[in-house]
Parts: sequence; C-alpha cells; structure tokens
Amino acid sequence: MLELKNLSYNVEDEGKNIGIVKNVSLVLPDDKFFVITGPNGGGKSSLAKLIAGIYKPTSGQILYNGQDITDMSITDRARLGIGFAFQQPVRFKGLTVKDLLHLAAGEKMKSSACDYLSEVGLCANDYLNREINASLSGGELKRIEIAITIARGTKLTIFDEPEAGIDLWSFSNLIKVFEDLKRKTQGSIIIISHQERIINIADEIILVADGEVVKQGTKEEVMPLFSGSTFKCQFKR
Amino acid sequence: MDKIQENLLAEIAGLHEIPTGAYNIRANGEGAGRRSTEHIEITTKQDKPGIDIRIADGTKRESVHIPVIISETGLTEAVYNDFYIGNDCDVTIIAGCGIHNCGTQKSEHDGIHSFFIGENSRVRYVEKHYGEGDGNGEIVLNPQTIVHVGAGSTMEMETTQIKGVDSTIRTTKADIADNGSLVIKEKIMTHGKQHAETDFVVDLNGEGSSTNVISRSVARENSTQMFKSNIRGNNKCAGHSECDAIIMDNGKVAAIPEVEANCVDASLIHEAAIGKIAGEQIVKLMSLGLTEHEAEEMIVNGFLK
Repeated sequence: MLELKNLSYNVEDEGKNIGIVKNVSLVLPDDKFFVITGPNGGGKSSLAKLIAGIYKPTSGQILYNGQDITDMSITDRARLGIGFAFQQPVRFKGLTVKDLLHLAAGEKMKSSACDYLSEVGLCANDYLNREINASLSGGELKRIEIAITIARGTKLTIFDEPEAGIDLWSFSNLIKVFEDLKRKTQGSIIIISHQERIINIADEIILVADGEVVKQGTKEEVMPLFSGSTFKCQFKR
Repeated sequence: MDKIQENLLAEIAGLHEIPTGAYNIRANGEGAGRRSTEHIEITTKQDKPGIDIRIADGTKRESVHIPVIISETGLTEAVYNDFYIGNDCDVTIIAGCGIHNCGTQKSEHDGIHSFFIGENSRVRYVEKHYGEGDGNGEIVLNPQTIVHVGAGSTMEMETTQIKGVDSTIRTTKADIADNGSLVIKEKIMTHGKQHAETDFVVDLNGEGSSTNVISRSVARENSTQMFKSNIRGNNKCAGHSECDAIIMDNGKVAAIPEVEANCVDASLIHEAAIGKIAGEQIVKLMSLGLTEHEAEEMIVNGFLK
C-alpha cells in the first residue's frame, strides 16, 4: 500500500516560491489500477516523480507498505519494487534495447525479451540490438520504455503519460497492453493520463488540479467533474 | 614468454595462444615469433626496424596478427610496418601495443603503419592500445597510420585505447581513390593526468570516394584530449566526421573539426558533441535499480562499446 501524507513540493522561480504539489494526502491500496488525471500543469507528473524519488518533497511523508520512503534514493525505491516509465524516454548512445531490457528483467527473466517487445507491438529481431538513440522515433522509444518498465515486474508501477507521443495506430494497442497488464500484474499500477479509454479501465481515478487532489473515486464518481467548461470553471484558477 | 607478456597479449589482441593464420609478435624490441602463410608473407625490413607484410591478390577471409608488447622499463622504439594488400582481398589485420612499465623510466612505442591497398579489396584493421604497471615510468604510444585506399576498396579501422597510456598522439593520413571508402572508429578513455591527441587527415581524391570518421571518447579525472580532423573533398565524394565526448570530473576535451570542399560535388559533414553525462540518463538507470556510480559506469561502457 502506498500512502502520501500531507505531501508538498515547492520550487523557486524568479525569487518566488511556487507550490507544485500542495498538501496532498492519498491512500492507494494494493492490487489496483489507478489513473491520475487532470489539466496540464496541475502537478500530476510531479506527484509521480515524488513517488519514484526523482523529486524530493518540500514537506510531508511517503509510506510504502508501512515503511517511510520519503528520504530514500531513486535506486532504493526501485529495489523496493517501484517502477517508473518516463513521459519522455531518455536516449542513450551505445546502450541497446537488449541492454536495458536485461537490466530491467534481471535474473528473474520471466519471459524472453521477445515477449516484452511483442507486448508493445515491436519485433525483437528488429529492435533488440538497436541503440536507444535518436535513430528511433518518439513512438518507438515510448513503446520500448513501456516494455522495459513491464519487464521489471514491480509491485508498484507508475506510467507517466504513456500515450504522449504515440500515434493513433499504436494507441489502440497501448490500451490492450494496459488491459493485459491489469489482468496479469500482481501489484498496483498508477497511470498519469488524459485518455478516456485508459480512464475507462481504471479501478480508481484521482483527479489532480492546481497541485491538489480534487477527487478520488470510481469513474462514475469522478468523470462528471470532467465535463468541459464546468471542469475549467471549477478547478482551473 | 612470461606471465606479464602473456597478459599484455591477451589485453591487446585477445590472444591466449598462438593465433591461427599469419602473425608476427614483437616483444621488448625483438621478434618473439612469426609465421607467414601461403598468401601472406612477413619479412624483416633491412633498412630500419619493422616488417613488410605482403598479401597476395585474391586472399580471402585470412587474418594477420602483429602485436607488440613491452615489459622492460625505459625501452623506446620506433617501428615501421608496411602492408601491401593486393587486389580482390578480404583480410583482417589485428595490431596493437601493450606496455607494462614497473620502473621509473619512460617506455615508448611509436608504430608507423603504412597501408597500400590494391583494387576492390576489403581490409579490416583493428588496433588496441593498453598500458599497465605500478611504477612511475611514463607509458607513451604515438601511432601513425598512413593509408592509401585503391579504387573500389574499403578499409575499416577500429582503434581503441581504454586504459593506462599516459600520453598518445595518433596521426592518421589517408587518400582514397575512385569508389574507395575509409571508415574509422576510434574509442578513447583517459584518466589520471593522461593526454590523448588524435589527428585525422583524409583526402577524398577519387570520384565516388567516401569516409566516415567516428570518435567516441571519455575524459575522466584530470585527463585531457584533443580531437582534430580534416576531411578534404577533392572530387565528387562524401565525407562525415563525428566527435562525441563525455567529460567527467575535471576532464577536458577539445574538438577541432575541419572540412574542406575543393569540388562542387563534394558533400562533407561534421558533427561534434562534448558534455557530461546527462542527468536524466543517470536517473533513468537508477529507476531500474542501479546506484548512481553503477549507472555512470554502464553509460560509459555502453558509449565506448
């Protein structure tokens, strides 16, 4: 179980102290599929990075299975079983898809590298030895990032806007990837997303706007708050 | 051959036993073994130190190993090796120099390699430099490579210097005839107070000639590097050079690229990128469970792979 207690994250910008995440408290039980959604710039990605340890909170606490991980490094959190798929995948000159898949899957390679790649619609023959560099398109990089994250088989997996940069054809396949993941994974999945089709498969939706959690609940409870201008008027300040 | 020499040989040529095919092993300034084959003849130069390697027309899928190892401190030598490669060949040449310096005096090997490549041949040239030893004596390697690529021929040159060489100045000069091509892949990692300099001059003389010079380097601690390249397009040709360097600690790298088009149909490109390891790369690998230090090592090893 993941618990966020009064979590805040502020940044300095031109001498001003700006709150990005404001006093957020959340409880995310195990084995559920969560979607964090809300307007751009509302703090969703920052919240995900706070959980993965990429950002350090200004105040508050993060508990994972009862253990305080607030001051833990990215590495220690990863080893504890937290996975994170970047919104903008990182490029590496010289490192191949195989290198990172192997690092992610480790000794416990549950299925072959081929399976991880075919899950995201890529053929291992074409991609395993490709360098993760500028020769890959944004969509390819994104799918590889998802495959690497799935290969880790972590207990808590966070995907930061997996649909961003993915073409329409790939998008319907992506939905299938997450549907499969939901079925197979024993653990929790948190997806930052704007996409209704991803929201549709969530057990719980967390609506974040202006750095605050506006609502946590089922699709039926949260979705009515989305209706276009109503949403803007209510929460966009 | 003693253990130290055997280790050096393994480091530079991957050799754990006598290689198959032609070879010439030079140890502490003297011949330590040689074999010519039906198509590859190795002879000692009469006028200066070094050997001539003559590869007959039509020699295919054969290799030549010519490693040099130095385990005596204070040995300084300049060796001239000339390769005469016939027409329609497909050969691999593995050179390299390993120095173990336990003393206080400088050990230096300057290898001057000249390649005369005939027509429609393919040559792969692999050269690895390695230094070790716990003495204070400097390890210096200044290789010079002179390449004449004949019409329709291809030379691929891979040079690697990963560890232990205090000072190196690598000079490569090449001229390329019609439809010939030269690919150079250089990998360098320096540390401590080491200094490495590379200087490539390629003349694309022939119509349809091409070259691709790719340098990847890592400068760690207080080491310094200088990359110079000059590609001259003297005919309808294509030239590309790329210098990619990672700097760590107080490492310094300078790149001075030069492309010179002397023909309106010459197409020449240079790319250079120098910088530290991107923070996001480290964060990504940490999110896969590596420590910061392990992440850096993986990035550097991959970059120089």
